[in-house]
Amino acid sequence: MSERITLQVARYRPEKESEIQFESYELPCPKEWVVLDGLNHIKDRIDGTLSYRWSCRMGICGSCGMLVNGEPKLTCATFLADYAPGPVRVEPLRNFPVIRDLVVEIGDFMGKLARVKPWIVRDSEKPLSEGEYRQTPEELDNYKQFSMCINCMLCYSACPIYGLDPHFIGPAAIALAQRYNLDSRDQGAAERMQILSEHDGIWGCTFVGECTKVCPKHVDPAGAIQRYKLQAAMEWVKAFVLPRAAQ
Amino acid sequence: MTPNTAYTPYHPRWHRTRVSTYWWLARGSYFLFILRELSSLAVAWFVVYLLMLISAVSTGNDAYQQFLHWSGTPFALFMNIGSFVFVVLHAVTWFNLAPQAMVVKVGSKRVPGFLIAGSNYAGWVLVSIAIVAILFIQW
Repeated sequence: MSERITLQVARYRPEKESEIQFESYELPCPKEWVVLDGLNHIKDRIDGTLSYRWSCRMGICGSCGMLVNGEPKLTCATFLADYAPGPVRVEPLRNFPVIRDLVVEIGDFMGKLARVKPWIVRDSEKPLSEGEYRQTPEELDNYKQFSMCINCMLCYSACPIYGLDPHFIGPAAIALAQRYNLDSRDQGAAERMQILSEHDGIWGCTFVGECTKVCPKHVDPAGAIQRYKLQAAMEWVKAFVLPRAAQ
Repeated sequence: MTPNTAYTPYHPRWHRTRVSTYWWLARGSYFLFILRELSSLAVAWFVVYLLMLISAVSTGNDAYQQFLHWSGTPFALFMNIGSFVFVVLHAVTWFNLAPQAMVVKVGSKRVPGFLIAGSNYAGWVLVSIAIVAILFIQW
């Protein structure tokens, strides 16, 4: 294993550049270093002007998603040694506007996330005196996989449909909608279906499947979207065959 | 910062990378996806071919013989063989993706994906055997 490795880091300084430039930095490459450690080393020891997002360093906060050699990755969970002898190319997430260096603008995603109401919707709350809403382990298992999403947006970066049509609500937002739909305490599935059955919702997905491949938490957003499509189609058939029952 | 400072939807300094027209050549999985999408044209071709066959059969023996002759031309053979390859690709990728869309439970346990895909393949084989039997066995 080589002891040093070169990182080619995308730099975009809007005050003086109109295009992304790459700068190379030679770093130590201890086997326990992840790409984020390399970026922190550059920031602390070589060039303090490098901008990027990070927070928890343990795959929970979802802040440090970037392209590593073209693949959307959490840089806190991507070991430099796996890319030895390098060079390793680090770029901002694809399909998002770049604000500076490796920092992308995520307002579009945050807006879409809020649109699908990713919280428990109740028609009416039961009185506190009746206690909590209990769930069986099976009911928890129904949605647990989708609840693991950390909003890292790697799926948006991997999705060519989102790149081509930025109006598409996108994988993580749909997976999170499905997480609440499958929750036995939730009653908001019909409200979410109205939003997600629009053209920019589930039907925008053509099942490329890359979102599921890059998801660091094994959420399977592609699966969530296809299940949603099946559910929407079944409801349409039900409404067609039994129009009164559907009302 | 002045009190009037506000965010605006237009940010001329954000860098927006244009998606290349050839984005589907960037990765093997994107290319396979585009092939799968294109395979719908092959399905459409077989529908047209079937309608042409029905039309020839309903017109009479001469029209049917003419259709058979045309089906042996290099163009028709090329279209049918190429479409067959695409339709097989369509079927295989479809069956492989089926477990992601279908959640089948037996009791409280989810049926594993390979069994769902496997049952699709088994159905495909059974239907194919039935068609071969109808076509080639002298009843």
